[in-house]
Amino acid sequence: MRKTFFYIPLALFVVLTLFLLSGLFSDPRERQSASLDKALPDFALADLMQPEHIWTPAQLTGETFLLNVWGTWCPTCNAELAYLTELRSQGVKIVGLYYELPRDPAFDAPFDLTALQQDVAQKLAQQGNPYQFNMLDIDRSLSMDLGVSGAPETFIIDKNGIVRAHHIGDINPQVWRSKLAPLYQQWSTP
Amino acid sequence: MKSVLMLLLLLCGAVLADEVLPFANDSERELYQQLTAELRCPQCQNQNIADSNAIVAVDMRQKTYQLIREGKDRQQILDYMINRYGDFVHYLPPVTRYTLWLWLLPLLMLLGLAAVGLYRRAHQPVATEHKANTELEAELNQLIERYRSKKS
Repeated sequence: MRKTFFYIPLALFVVLTLFLLSGLFSDPRERQSASLDKALPDFALADLMQPEHIWTPAQLTGETFLLNVWGTWCPTCNAELAYLTELRSQGVKIVGLYYELPRDPAFDAPFDLTALQQDVAQKLAQQGNPYQFNMLDIDRSLSMDLGVSGAPETFIIDKNGIVRAHHIGDINPQVWRSKLAPLYQQWSTP
Repeated sequence: MKSVLMLLLLLCGAVLADEVLPFANDSERELYQQLTAELRCPQCQNQNIADSNAIVAVDMRQKTYQLIREGKDRQQILDYMINRYGDFVHYLPPVTRYTLWLWLLPLLMLLGLAAVGLYRRAHQPVATEHKANTELEAELNQLIERYRSKKS
């Protein structure tokens, strides 16, 4: 009996150690997204380059694609442009959701679409252009409906317009191979 | 006098720096303060949206304000946020089969401790130790007596 009393604290200690050790190697940002397996929220967003064209969810069905949330102000987004361009050349359809920064009317200049278009065109010419087209989320309303917490984030949307994956952070060869490519394959095969 | 004026000026700045949001009544303002303290910023972990200046926190504050002004109640606004950002976004986690352990585990540990305490109390080997002590004491007394008689 005395022996068991000796082993109980030891067992508790080992369990606690293993629990804390596993915490060291886990990513605190990794969590189940609330938008998974739901249809794209309703939206009507202007095309970034041709603002007279308005995109709606109905126009995005028919083909599985990546929805990439990005902005030229975001260094990590710029870093993944080259790899995303490579993916495009392999036949992956990528749509950009441009995440515009909020403006403080007291300090910031008013929104200037022409300047933004120039900025984006220049950035894409430098780094490569992975996008079929970009939708301008000027007040980040679609981003909020999708549960975007920042940029870059990427969603896999299947051909019926259902969100199938949500990745927070950049896409690099390792992330693509281990996490996103299998999901993309799964949902893009008819 | 000058320093008092300076102090007043400084205080003025502090008051003006606060976000000035017009509310219809005090209960709306209270709800806003309560919700922004309870909602968690999805970007900067372990900060509520009142504390954080991440873009998403600013947007969530704005949305909270807008929804309050539209007359939505506390639960409706929480549901709106949880629908988008998951249970993670609320600092009061709901009871599910995974989070149940948060409440259950401390109780179980307390019960376990009480059980161990009761067990030990019931099985304390009091009698034998006591016996040994009296025997030892008797022997000691004898020794003391012997030395005393030798001395005197």
